[in-house]
Amino acid sequence: MLYSEKVMEHFSNPRNVGEIEDADGIGEVGNAQCGDIMKMYIQVKDGLITDVKFKTFGCGAAIATSSMATELIKGKPIEDALKLTNKAVIEALDGLPPVKVHCSVLAEQAIKTAIADYYTRQGIDPTPIVGDISDACDACHLH
Amino acid sequence: MKRFVYADNAATTKISDAVLDSMLPYLKEHYGNPSSIYSIGRDAKIAVENARKQVAEALGCEPREIFFTSGGSEADNWAIKGAAYAQKAKGKTHIITTNFEHHAVLHAVQALEKEGFDVTYLSVDEKGLISPSQVADAIRDDTALVTIMYANNEIGTILPIAEIGKICREKKVLFHTDAVQAVGHVAIDVKEQNIDLLSLSAHKLHGPKGVGALYCRKGVVIRNLIDGGAQERGKRASTENVAGIVGLATAITESTEHLEENAKKMAAMRDRLIGHILKIDRTRLNGDREKRLPGNANFSFEGVEGESLLLMLDLSGVCASSGSACTSGSLDPSHVLLAIGLPHEVAHGSLRLSVSEYNTDEDIEYICSIIDGIIERLRAMSPLWERIVKEGKES
Repeated sequence: MLYSEKVMEHFSNPRNVGEIEDADGIGEVGNAQCGDIMKMYIQVKDGLITDVKFKTFGCGAAIATSSMATELIKGKPIEDALKLTNKAVIEALDGLPPVKVHCSVLAEQAIKTAIADYYTRQGIDPTPIVGDISDACDACHLH
Repeated sequence: MKRFVYADNAATTKISDAVLDSMLPYLKEHYGNPSSIYSIGRDAKIAVENARKQVAEALGCEPREIFFTSGGSEADNWAIKGAAYAQKAKGKTHIITTNFEHHAVLHAVQALEKEGFDVTYLSVDEKGLISPSQVADAIRDDTALVTIMYANNEIGTILPIAEIGKICREKKVLFHTDAVQAVGHVAIDVKEQNIDLLSLSAHKLHGPKGVGALYCRKGVVIRNLIDGGAQERGKRASTENVAGIVGLATAITESTEHLEENAKKMAAMRDRLIGHILKIDRTRLNGDREKRLPGNANFSFEGVEGESLLLMLDLSGVCASSGSACTSGSLDPSHVLLAIGLPHEVAHGSLRLSVSEYNTDEDIEYICSIIDGIIERLRAMSPLWERIVKEGKES
């Protein structure tokens, strides 16, 4: 199994690692049993994601996709962040081995879950905006 | 300063200079087919037969009881399927094994299970051991074969092979052991230990990849796995891998001759690793502390995932392995770690460091100097670790 240089670069120097103490939204997906947990923190101002941090327990691809996904949404409007697909994360990383595709799905879902949490905290029902976030573990069982 | 440290000797080993030197003539000059009549064929034939003597000597058996194979997996498949089919003709269709065998054994047995064989999987205890009485209790009138590994490839535990051999011999049941991890590292005498069938592989003892051997005790009938020419006394077709066989023989002679001193050296390095690494918070050693291979150390670090740990070690120049799902290419972590009762999340955070006599004290010092920082770094970004620490404080 080979990781691209981009994956290794993000794995060895992950961007946006950490927590945001007074985060506006927090999303956690995955579980310890499967070996991947991603937790994303976002700060939102005027519809923009002004800051994002993550913590990840998982393989190299899980850490690299978390890092890349946070890069891709930082400073972007919420609507753009919601459009981020796992495919875009994979492309930005110059590809992922097939068995690691689920890690990118996890990253996409972590962002959506954090945004959903943001809306819930605002008293807004997130489902019509964010959509139904399927159980991240389903992604594992696709291959 | 960064250095390169190979600490994955249970996966494969570096070929020794003596092994390579012994092989080269059979690739360059004596490249004849051992079945041919002319001189370079005869040279090759003599080399294969001398190699057979060397392997037999290392195991305490007769040369005619040694059959060369393409490796450990073939030897396992041949022993298990070959014995099972031969025993089935006598109405015996029950097989006993353990739940933490190498996949070459486990999957061979499972293939037989699909064909109607009845299999008993003995459960290892939390230390990765089984007791001889478990085997005795499981043997039935229709037991065809007992196949139990000599030493575990992941956690390094050494099983009571002589005791199991004695029980099997008394009950007249065939006994096979996958000794791929043990040969060259622990003293083996197939006669004394009442072993009927034993598999070994060259590349675990500084020999070449793609060659192994099966010891099959005289009088034990097993069905052929590879049909074709009359090589290996008509029992295993295929033109002999002459250079590989010569390499295997050199490797096994070298490692058995230096077994004690090497084991002592390796055990000292292993113990240093264990001593240092167990000081890290929430870390455990997997496998019995005493009954283990001299070169094997296997740990679990809570809150850390194995593959990212391996990548971090690799960035620092250290080669190791893990039983996490991400490194196994499947969804579940290693069946061995689950068999000793580890919860999934702890099994995901495992690390196997396996040393050989080629490692040095400096290698060990280097691993010890980087491991704490790596674990700390991964834990700092792990939401699982955050939870473990929080729960630990609350309780």
